[in-house]
Amino acid sequence: MRVSMDIELKDVPGQMLLALQPLSECKANLITVVHHHQKRTPRKTVPVKLVLETRPESIETIKAKLEENGIRIVRVGEHRFRESINVVLIGHVVHTGIQDTIDEIDRTGFAEVVDLSLSMPGINMLSSALIKIDAVGKEDLHRALSILKEVSAKKDLLMVLPIDIQA
Amino acid sequence: MKTVCCSILGFGAIGQGVAEVLLKKKEYLENIGLEVKVVAVVDSKGATINPEGVDLANCLARKRTDGTVALENLSGVEVIQSVAHDLVIETTPTNIRTGGAGLQNMFAAFQTGKDVITSNKGPLTLKYRELMEAAKVAGSHFRFEATVGGSMPIINLSNEVLAGNKVKSVKGILNGTCNYILTRMLEERASYNDILAESMQLGIAETDPTYDVEGIDTACKLVILANAIFGLDATYSDVEVTGITKVTPEALEMAYERGHVIKLIGEVSRERIHVAPRLVPINHPLAVGGTLNVASVETELAGEITVTGKGAGPIETASAILSDLIAIYGN
Repeated sequence: MRVSMDIELKDVPGQMLLALQPLSECKANLITVVHHHQKRTPRKTVPVKLVLETRPESIETIKAKLEENGIRIVRVGEHRFRESINVVLIGHVVHTGIQDTIDEIDRTGFAEVVDLSLSMPGINMLSSALIKIDAVGKEDLHRALSILKEVSAKKDLLMVLPIDIQA
Repeated sequence: MKTVCCSILGFGAIGQGVAEVLLKKKEYLENIGLEVKVVAVVDSKGATINPEGVDLANCLARKRTDGTVALENLSGVEVIQSVAHDLVIETTPTNIRTGGAGLQNMFAAFQTGKDVITSNKGPLTLKYRELMEAAKVAGSHFRFEATVGGSMPIINLSNEVLAGNKVKSVKGILNGTCNYILTRMLEERASYNDILAESMQLGIAETDPTYDVEGIDTACKLVILANAIFGLDATYSDVEVTGITKVTPEALEMAYERGHVIKLIGEVSRERIHVAPRLVPINHPLAVGGTLNVASVETELAGEITVTGKGAGPIETASAILSDLIAIYGN
């Protein structure tokens, strides 16, 4: 998941290293660092904005390590779902339990179905569904698609994936 | 002037296309120092042979009026073994189960030291390694650009024009019939079966469209690309194949409303060979309509290079055969 973090550094040499070390130790991927050296806080500290990618379970460790290093954390904002994909399902989508198909994704905790379009032209005809799945990260999206692939195979549904996704 | 004596084995649509192109390009070929002399034409009923060069215009006329060019009861293999020539242009029909007459013709050609240019996928899908080995042992040239994507240069583009670039993957639409069906289903909001019937009436789909719509034809082309570009030893069983028979007009419409079309996409890399209907953004280079084919070659240095063109058609396919011929004998 992607996390934005506002921190404050003391205006002495070596502070940035102390701020970035915990991220590296927790294998977080640093996306941006904005160092507002001109904008001092009332506490005379330097505000820094970080955006990083990390596993949800690492956030508390990162926060603890930053605090250990004497870094003040002002705000942590999570952008939970940042990967999104449309998938088309064709077959007896409804008769084979569409709620159950959605639940399989939703119960993962790292991905969920956020939109659904459905077309049922006739009782004995194939129905078609377009579902939008949001996931915490790329890897999680692939895990969700693997689950959907298994469900589709079990229910004899044709799963049509976007061209830029490894099918 | 270099004289190339050749036979045309298989005188259906493609073989006749080759004859037409050779007639049309006679002067051009002479200007680049090539005289292409067709010494034998063979169809399923027999052969017409003339060591001084058969009259191609006459062959085309007789094929139209009599349904055959046969004047002598000889098969392709017999012509290869008994008539002196340099090159076999192999355009017999594709048979992916046994390789058909094409497979026997190709082996016979290599056994007698002849070069081969073909549009026939069957033998290459079944026995790629053996054929390459036979060509190598014989010291023969073996080219088959016309087997994948008709006139579109995919194999020669990857192996020659882009030489030095590592090709990471090739993906695209390699079957015009499927592309036509999916395009029309979306345009007309019509069912797969209705558009398939229309395609058969127009002659775009075969009487037995299974090879096309089940993705088998695309899979065979991917096998050829896997072997020719990636140096794999792949066969049809290595391909994951899903066809278009289940695609509904409603699915196409829903995808379109979200900015996508559904296309039968074949994809080959060192890691996997895969054919399935995929969602393609409307503005994506692979989102071509009608019977067009398209292929995107992803390379290490040059990035993605996309070619679009007619994947079938006698003259277009003959164009690929002509380019192979010039590649072997030109200069």
